[in-house]
Amino acid sequence: MSSIAEKLYTIRYKVDENSHLVIKDQEVCLHCVTKECQDFCPADVYHWVEKEQMTSVAFENCIECGTCRIGCPTYNIQWVYPKGGHGITYKFG
Amino acid sequence: MATEHFDAIVVGAGPAGSAAAYTMAKAGLSVVLIERGEFPGAKNIFGGVIYRKQLEDIIPEFWKEAPLEREVVEQRLWLLGDQSVVTLGHRNEAFKDPNNCWTGLRVKFDQWFASKAEQAGALNIYETVVTELIREGNKVVGVRTDREEGDLYANVVVVADGVNSLLGKSLGVHREWQPDEVSLAVKEVIAMPKEKIMDRFNLEGNEGVTIEFVGNTLGMAGLGFLYTNQDTLSFGVGVMVSDLKKKRVKPYELLESVKQHPMLRRLLQGGETKEYAGHLIPEGGYHSIPPLSGDGWVICGDAAQLVNFVHREGTNLAMTSGRFAAEAIIQAHTKGDFSRVGLSLYDRLVRESFVHKDLKKYKGLHNFLRDSDPTLMFDKLPRALNDAAYQMLLVDGVPKAEKQRMAMRGITDAAGGLMNLVKLGAQGWRAMNG
Ligand SMILES: Cc1cc2nc3c(=O)[nH]c(=O)nc-3n(C[C@H](O)[C@H](O)[C@H](O)COP(=O)(O)OP(=O)(O)OC[C@H]3O[C@@H](n4cnc5c(N)ncnc54)[C@H](O)[C@@H]3O)c2cc1C
Ligand code: SF4
Ligand code: SF4
Repeated sequence: MSSIAEKLYTIRYKVDENSHLVIKDQEVCLHCVTKECQDFCPADVYHWVEKEQMTSVAFENCIECGTCRIGCPTYNIQWVYPKGGHGITYKFG
Repeated sequence: MATEHFDAIVVGAGPAGSAAAYTMAKAGLSVVLIERGEFPGAKNIFGGVIYRKQLEDIIPEFWKEAPLEREVVEQRLWLLGDQSVVTLGHRNEAFKDPNNCWTGLRVKFDQWFASKAEQAGALNIYETVVTELIREGNKVVGVRTDREEGDLYANVVVVADGVNSLLGKSLGVHREWQPDEVSLAVKEVIAMPKEKIMDRFNLEGNEGVTIEFVGNTLGMAGLGFLYTNQDTLSFGVGVMVSDLKKKRVKPYELLESVKQHPMLRRLLQGGETKEYAGHLIPEGGYHSIPPLSGDGWVICGDAAQLVNFVHREGTNLAMTSGRFAAEAIIQAHTKGDFSRVGLSLYDRLVRESFVHKDLKKYKGLHNFLRDSDPTLMFDKLPRALNDAAYQMLLVDGVPKAEKQRMAMRGITDAAGGLMNLVKLGAQGWRAMNG
């Protein structure tokens, strides 16, 4: 059984210095009951960091599926594509 | 990039965009095809099955040169119980010569298809994101890209930017998709020696098989797939995003749990995962199709929700819609009218074709799935069928008539009564065998 880290390791990434995913308002996350972005994202990009009371965004793991764009109940994620040529590059597809 | 004017700009080098660009370039129009990936296919996955008919309509005898994996001669449908399966399937030599469909991988296929457009005369530009459509009043006149001085102008823009279609959204042709209008699929490409694949799946030469499976998706509306490639397997599972949200399951954990099913484990074991991937599938169906054209623009493929998910047909609808869009633009070019009226041939061609007719045939399905309890269709019923099959085949001294009664009761109970079962049965049959 392979972990998500091992799975993501199979994908080639060219990471941009800027995140293409931005939490619009951390205050909204604070009051979000489900914090479900932590579950439905297939690349474990989002984590609620208790200590800092904020959603952290590991955008460098993103596989650009768009689920969080549609799935966040308050549309609190500003979602664009990574800069041209950046982000994932599949080798099989 | 200098500011230039083209006959047409195509956004997205997937099957829809490449079909449109190829068709227009071949007719002598000046076309630019823009793709955000490092190369076409870099961002794309599918199951995937590529169908002959619709691509043949664009490039005759494409199979002689296109990078395809295996010729699909058998399609299986598996209804999974916890540790059991009820199988349906069809294998036929008649699917060969000419082939009905092939398995494929997008990185190779999309690059080939986009290169055909380029050979036909299109200008292909990669590693470039179209960030917005440039408008004059209501009319789309070009695109803004993330390149420096990256504005490009054209008489018409073909929006073929896939399921997330940020451009379609910016046009206001569709509101944001709802979580029940898309499924998230996660997939792995698993390497396995050719001989092993051929033995395990009962194949000769270049033959291939597809398996779709229902059940074991933790009660979520969804479907799994296992397809044979040359020396890899494509394995994945897709579930409706609304169900995924409700269940709070991690998609990759679902994938791993399905892998453990005894039927699938046997076929996959010994393989090595070469790639993990994820992508949305438009599953809104007929009622989610937006207006297809307007002043200076047309929208094709996944961006317009043109997917027949019952038959896992998407690439062919994308290609056909791309070709139709191109034909309409070629006509508009002759007339010099790129307004909504000038481009209306596109809407008409789509409406008169299998694309529209097939989606219309299943138009009730989306609401049916949305409104029905997914645990029924995707868990309880497959389970009940497996129990019934088990009981009927188990020789334990219980008289057959009684077994039959028990089996029927198990199934009707799962469906919540006989009437419900009849209704479900009719829809379910259509859903899978339409
Ligand atoms: C898991 C899975 C299994 C599937 N199985 C099958 C199958 O077996 N058979 C089948 O026929 N169909 C299948 N489909 C559906 C099929 O893949 C799609 O319907 C088809 O790819 C749609 O083609 P398209 O050209 O409209 O969109 P896409 O293939 O998504 O192409 C869109 C392209 O546009 C690019 N792009 C997007 N936005 C921009 C922008 N702003 N600027 C520049 N470029 C941009 C993207 O990078 C992409 O290359 C499956 C889909 C999935 C996810
Ligand atoms: S689901 Fe949306 S609102 Fe809730 S924690 Fe995640 S990003 Fe914030
Ligand atoms: S686009 Fe997909 S992979 Fe990327 S953060 Fe959103 S859900 Fe996760």
